[in-house]
Amino acid sequence: MNLLDILIAAPLLGFLITLMLPKGNAGLVKLFTLIFSIGVFAASLLLIGPVLERPAVMTWVTDAPWIGTPAIRYHVGMDGVSLWLVLLSTLLTPISILLSWKYIDHRVKEFFAFLLLLEFGLIGVFVAVDLFLFYVFWEVCLVPMYFLIGIWGHDRRIYAAVKFFLYTMVGSVLMLAAILYIYSKAGTFDYPALLLMMESGKFTMTHLEETLLFLAFFLAFAIKVPLFPLHTWLPDAHVEAPTAGSVMLAAVMLKMGTYGLLRFCLPMFPNASKENANWIVVLAITGIIFGALVALVQPNMKKLVAYSSVSHLGFVVLGLFSGNQWGLDGAVYVMLAHGISTGALFMLVGFLYERQHSLEIKDYGGVATPAPWLSTVFLVTTLASIGMPMLNNFVGEFLVLQGASQINIWWAVFAATGVILSACYMLWMYQRTFFGETPDSVKHHMHDLGAREWACIVPLLVLMVWMGIAAQSFLPSIGASNKTIIDRTALQTKSTTTHAEVSNHGR
Amino acid sequence: MDAKFFPQTAELLRFLPEIILTIAGTLLLVLEGFKKDEDSRSVISTLAAISIGLAMYGTVVAYDNPGMAFSNMLVSDGFAAFFRLVVLGVGLLTVLCSTSYLEREKSNSGEFYVLLLFSLAGQCLMAAANELIMVFIGLEVSSIASYILAGYIRDDKRGNESSLKYFLLGSFATAFLLYGVAWVYGMTGSTNLQEIRVALDKGVPSMTMVSAAVGLMLVGFAFKISAAPFQVWAPDVYQGAPAPVSGFLSAGPKAVAFAVMIRVFQTAFGSLMPKLEPVLWVMALATMTIGNFAAMWQNNIKRMLGYSSIAHAGYVLVAVTSNSATGTAAAMFYLAAYGMMNYGAFAIVTHVAGKGEEHVTLDHMKGLSQRQPAVAALLTVFLLSLIGVPLTAGFFGKFYIFKSAIDSHMYWLTALGLLNSAVAAYYYLRVLVVMYMHESESTEPVEAIPGGLKITMWLTAAMTLVLGVFPGLVLDFATKFAVLNK
Repeated sequence: MNLLDILIAAPLLGFLITLMLPKGNAGLVKLFTLIFSIGVFAASLLLIGPVLERPAVMTWVTDAPWIGTPAIRYHVGMDGVSLWLVLLSTLLTPISILLSWKYIDHRVKEFFAFLLLLEFGLIGVFVAVDLFLFYVFWEVCLVPMYFLIGIWGHDRRIYAAVKFFLYTMVGSVLMLAAILYIYSKAGTFDYPALLLMMESGKFTMTHLEETLLFLAFFLAFAIKVPLFPLHTWLPDAHVEAPTAGSVMLAAVMLKMGTYGLLRFCLPMFPNASKENANWIVVLAITGIIFGALVALVQPNMKKLVAYSSVSHLGFVVLGLFSGNQWGLDGAVYVMLAHGISTGALFMLVGFLYERQHSLEIKDYGGVATPAPWLSTVFLVTTLASIGMPMLNNFVGEFLVLQGASQINIWWAVFAATGVILSACYMLWMYQRTFFGETPDSVKHHMHDLGAREWACIVPLLVLMVWMGIAAQSFLPSIGASNKTIIDRTALQTKSTTTHAEVSNHGR
Repeated sequence: MDAKFFPQTAELLRFLPEIILTIAGTLLLVLEGFKKDEDSRSVISTLAAISIGLAMYGTVVAYDNPGMAFSNMLVSDGFAAFFRLVVLGVGLLTVLCSTSYLEREKSNSGEFYVLLLFSLAGQCLMAAANELIMVFIGLEVSSIASYILAGYIRDDKRGNESSLKYFLLGSFATAFLLYGVAWVYGMTGSTNLQEIRVALDKGVPSMTMVSAAVGLMLVGFAFKISAAPFQVWAPDVYQGAPAPVSGFLSAGPKAVAFAVMIRVFQTAFGSLMPKLEPVLWVMALATMTIGNFAAMWQNNIKRMLGYSSIAHAGYVLVAVTSNSATGTAAAMFYLAAYGMMNYGAFAIVTHVAGKGEEHVTLDHMKGLSQRQPAVAALLTVFLLSLIGVPLTAGFFGKFYIFKSAIDSHMYWLTALGLLNSAVAAYYYLRVLVVMYMHESESTEPVEAIPGGLKITMWLTAAMTLVLGVFPGLVLDFATKFAVLNK
């Protein structure tokens, strides 16, 4: 039992304790979950050191039998990629709790309990290296988010919650079928063991098998990402979810899909990944441009940010299926950066909603006058989101475009239009919301950031700048993890880069 | 083995559960005559529960004395013990739920428990039957008692309809089965499962007749397990019967009908299984699909659970189709898990339905999470398990079934079956939606949960979750017992 096991178990324990707290005492529930989740975050910081020493291999490994037949193991561990995603989860959970302090006024206990249950599932997904265990955590995440949207959401919350659940469920049952098929062939769910068997030729797949298995996994992950044209659940879920739900959904849950692609699809099915890369990249680029264009015409702020997520996640998929070191590093970096900046955007939109009770852009205007700090913070976040140099998204998107251009320059050209369009829709929304005449209703309701709100946003602002100017804090570990994937898959054969250049990069 | 006039002691021990249940049922019938006033009748339910407990002990004794009994008519093996324990467990839950239910419906009388014990005796007999005539006798004993139980609330129209429908269609099904048995006897000269197998290996006058006979028997079994296209009775019966009885019918008799089907097909007609596979394949897929798609439109929860039980029968049929030891083990695990979670769901329906079972539509569940948070949370556990969300027993049930299907190279059936389970999520989620996401319309005061019901709910929920984390507790036994004596 090491620190990681404790970290996985802790949120579940917190969930159970929260459920047992007295119903009437909302203050106690909030305080307990906040302190508990901050404790979890603090503990998760201790994970960093050992992982950074050897980011290319699994650290904090626990491998214990769980179920005898079929052989299912509780096998967890983290490398340089999963480390940052776990930290993203543990950081955003206390922030989400603090964020919902006043907004949630009914069934308080259940709300905060579900946030902890969600954290349990998310940490599990990012550290599980047994296919079965991964599937379990993957599904566990579904339940709390379903309730978060369905109970505390806006008007069309039920439709959005059910759609969210069913979309994910359809994808994941096919993934389960694929996992079972692999087990029937290889006799194990254990992922490292499986990769070893593939390397030594003990487990081989025919071309058809590999393609079908790849597609089964890919579909489950693509729905979660969401990749165009499977994205339609996302705007509904985001618009209807309470602020904390949107933040967790955008910042962490979408990364489950891209993480799955990186961790499982690419290494397990290298040939299928390469063969199918073309149409997947076309879908990714379509998503980038389509998401941006739809965001441009959204009258609803949350929907706008949601479609911007479709666009940004397209970059991640583009990077992953470029298949070279830049592409993969950039993809992971965009995952993290998008988590921070879009999480912050949903939070800020939530702040506006709490003041004005509207998500429509037309109901705002001139907010900068009554709330200058809120406007400043919003601007920084907006700039981060559109990929301003010195802020977080720039690094990732740049690497992705560079990686894509190595494969096909036109990929980079088309994808880059998404960056330009993102500046259009974000700045246009900013202009209409924060500048211009200040209507009376806005003047009346709009007050500047309070202490609690500052506490929510400051950690994210710090990270936006940090990730923008000191990418080297993160990139070496990410790069080392990705390099093992690239080495294993030999995916980069198409790339013109020499091996030496690739391995020098990011050091 | 020569037939002996007096059975040996070991033979009697192998038959102990049935002996206990029959004697206890008869004694309770007599005792009931002496208990004129309603209040003192509660002792009968206690005694019934004790008898079932004793029968469980009898099952263990029978298991410790493995072998054949009564000229190879019965077999006491692990497979029989497993299903005897499953049906007795369901029977015990039924007693726990029924006491308060019958008091509420002003129908508290001893016959209910007597019929239940007889029905259980028939089901235990089916689990251990090694002979087609024994299968028939067990089925009849179990069914006739069940027909009456389904219409136990005499002045309830829906109950009467349910009972009559169950009786007519059930008799029809049994006739098919018996006809099939007669043809098998005509072709092989025996009704003993092992002897049929030997006769088939040696060669029979007409394999066509044998195939037709197996077809007739399959029709009979398909009725009992509510497999398509013989499923139409199930929703009507489950909707009309008293809720604790619906739970009983959906769990116990169905499980043991599967047990008989597996034993008969794998032991006697093993050589015909490859021929039968396409039929079972289509039947499994049709059963799942019809059950799930019909359940989506239901507003009555009992009826929805009825259709859902059809769908679940389809999943178990997938395991039967795979025709392997892992498939049998998966079916055993699933039936045990399904018995628990579905009975739990029916226990909650029993409570929420209120007097006269008036509150059984989705509208009545609105805002249940606020009025009765614990009940709503428990029902959530059962529904998530029925959907097949990980960390519940239902998930591992589906997991093992589809794993066995993949092991038997039935890839399409696996994919279609899993997609079916995603469709099923929709109608289970509807219940979650009304419980958690709608405001309550009811202003009636919340009724306290009677003790027996409370125990049932918490026990089944706890077991559903425990099996969701440690499925080995049941699966290890299932795997051990899944290899049938050929």
